[in-house]
Amino acid sequence: MLLIPEDIAAIGLSLKVALTATLLALPLGFAIAWLIVFRTFRGKVVLEVLVNLPLTLPPVVIGYFLLLLLGKNGWLGKVLAETGIQLIFTWKAAVIASATVGFPLLVRSIRLGMESIDRQLIDASRSLGAPWYDTLFTITLPLSLRGILAGSSLMFARSLGEFGATIIVAGNIPGITQTIPLAIYDYASSPSSTAMALSLCLVSVVISVTVLFLHELLIKKLDRRSSL
Amino acid sequence: MKLTLDIEKKLGNFSLRVKANISGERIGIFGESGSGKSTLVHLISGLLQPDKGEIALDDECMFSSHKKINIAPEERRIAIVFQQAMLFPHLSVKANLLYGYKRCRPENRGIKPEALIELLKLQPLLQRGVENLSGGEKQRVALGRAVLANPRLLLMDEPLSALDDTLRFQIIPYLRSVSEEFRIPYLFISHSLTEMQLMTDRILAVNNGQISEETTPEQLARNWMAHSQKGYLNLLRLASPAHEHGLFSYQWGGNTLLISDGESAGESLFELSSREIILFKKHPEAISARNLLECRVAEMFESDGRVGIVLSVGGQQLVAEIVRHAADELTITTGSTLFAAIKASSFRKLG
Repeated sequence: MLLIPEDIAAIGLSLKVALTATLLALPLGFAIAWLIVFRTFRGKVVLEVLVNLPLTLPPVVIGYFLLLLLGKNGWLGKVLAETGIQLIFTWKAAVIASATVGFPLLVRSIRLGMESIDRQLIDASRSLGAPWYDTLFTITLPLSLRGILAGSSLMFARSLGEFGATIIVAGNIPGITQTIPLAIYDYASSPSSTAMALSLCLVSVVISVTVLFLHELLIKKLDRRSSL
Repeated sequence: MKLTLDIEKKLGNFSLRVKANISGERIGIFGESGSGKSTLVHLISGLLQPDKGEIALDDECMFSSHKKINIAPEERRIAIVFQQAMLFPHLSVKANLLYGYKRCRPENRGIKPEALIELLKLQPLLQRGVENLSGGEKQRVALGRAVLANPRLLLMDEPLSALDDTLRFQIIPYLRSVSEEFRIPYLFISHSLTEMQLMTDRILAVNNGQISEETTPEQLARNWMAHSQKGYLNLLRLASPAHEHGLFSYQWGGNTLLISDGESAGESLFELSSREIILFKKHPEAISARNLLECRVAEMFESDGRVGIVLSVGGQQLVAEIVRHAADELTITTGSTLFAAIKASSFRKLG
C-alpha cells in the first residue's frame, strides 16, 4: 500500500464531496419524488424528463453546461460573483457536479419506495384528521425510508466515482479539487506510478464495499424494526 | 345523522350520479362490486372530488361546486374503516389507535381511549407491532382507530369482506356495540345481504353508479330471494342448548329445534336458507328431517317467479320459498296452516 499525503487528501475530499452532495440532494430529491408520485399537475412529464436527463447525458456534457451556468460569464455565475461567491475550480463545484449527476438515481429510488406505499394508508391518515403535510411526515416519509436509504447509498457511490463533470467544473488541482478518480487518472498517465494507482484503486474498492455493506445492514435493521 | 347528496362524478367509462337525502343512524349501501359503492365512500369522505354537485352532512356543507366549497378530508370528521385494516405498519397498535385521537380537537374528544380499548378488548394488543396481529385483531384495531378520531360519521367500506366467515360474525357485535355505545352514525357498505340484515335499518341499493332503490333490509332480502344463491336467509339467534342424541336442541318459538352444528354454551347466530324448508299441507307421518314445525301462513310475497311464504311459529317468523306452481298445488293462502320440515344440518352456524 503506497499512499502519499496528496492521496490521503484526495480520499478525504472524495468522501467529503460525496457526502455533501448526497445530503444536499436529499431534501430536493424527496420533494420531487413526492411531487411525481402523489401530485397531478401540468408539466409533470417535463419534470420527469428533466430529472432523468443527467442519467442519459454524458457527464462531460453536464460538466460543460454547469461551467456555462456557473462560470464567470454564466448567468448564475455572474450573480454569485457579485455576492463574492466563487464556485468554479473549488471543491464546491465538485459537489454540484456530483449532485447533478447522481440526482436521478436518488429520485428514482425514493420514487420506487413511495410507489410501493398503499394509497389507502394515505387516505386513512387524511380521513383520521391529518392535513397533507402531517401525512407527508408521519406516514409517507417513514414508509419511504427504504427507498431513501437505497437512493442515498446509490448516489453516494455514484458521487465517489464522478469524473467527467467534476474535471470540467472543478479541475484537477491536487489537495484542492482532486478526488480519487482524478488522482488515479493522473497516475495512470505516467507508467512509473502503477503501484500508486493500484493503491488508490484498492481504497476505492474498500469504500464501495463498505457503503454497500452499510446499506444492507441498515435495511436489515429497518426490516427487523417493522416486523416487531 | 342527515346526509344530503346530489353529486356527479365521471371516472373513465364509469359515471356516478347520486341524489339522495339520507337520515338515520345505521344506513346500508348495498351493491355488487363495480356498482360505485367505493367511489361514493371516497366522494363523501372528501378523498375524491365530485365533478359537480353538493354534499352536506347535518346541514353543514362539505362540498358545493356552485358555492366553490370543498372541505378537506381531514376537516370533515368522517372516518373510514377499510376492507383491509390499513393499519400504519411502522407504528405500534397503540400509536395506530391514537393517530386520529391526537389530531382531533380537544373539544371534540368525547370518546376516551380507555373506554374504547376496554369495549374492543384491545388491552393485550397495545404494545404489539401491527404485523403480528391476526386478520380479526387488525380489523378491531382499525375500527378502534376510526372511532377514536371521534368522527361525526363512520364509513365502513366492506369492513368484513377480507375476513373468513367465523371471524366476520365475531366482529359484527363489536361494530354494532361501538356505534351504539358511542352513538356514532354509520354508513355500512357491503354486497352481503346477511351483513345488511345484521348491521342496518335502512338501505340504499346502488347499481351502475346510481341509487336504484331505497329500502329496508327485510325488503331487500325478499327482493333478492329468487336471485341470491342461498335464497332468503332466515337469521336465528338461539341460546342455551341442551344435548339430545348427538344434536343440539334449542328452544325457539315454543318449539324445540334440533341442530347438528351448535355451540355447547352461550348464544349463537344461525342462518337458514328459505330453500331448505320443505312445506307439507298435512302432518307427514314419518320423515327423516329432525324438525317439523306447525305454522300459520302470515304473508305471501312474489319475487321473480318464486313465492315467499312468511311462516308464523309461536310469535317468530320464518321465510320459506317455493315455486309458483307448488304454491298453486298446495292452495296456500294467508292464514292457512302448514307443516315445515327442516333438516338438523340445514342450520348454518355464523358465530
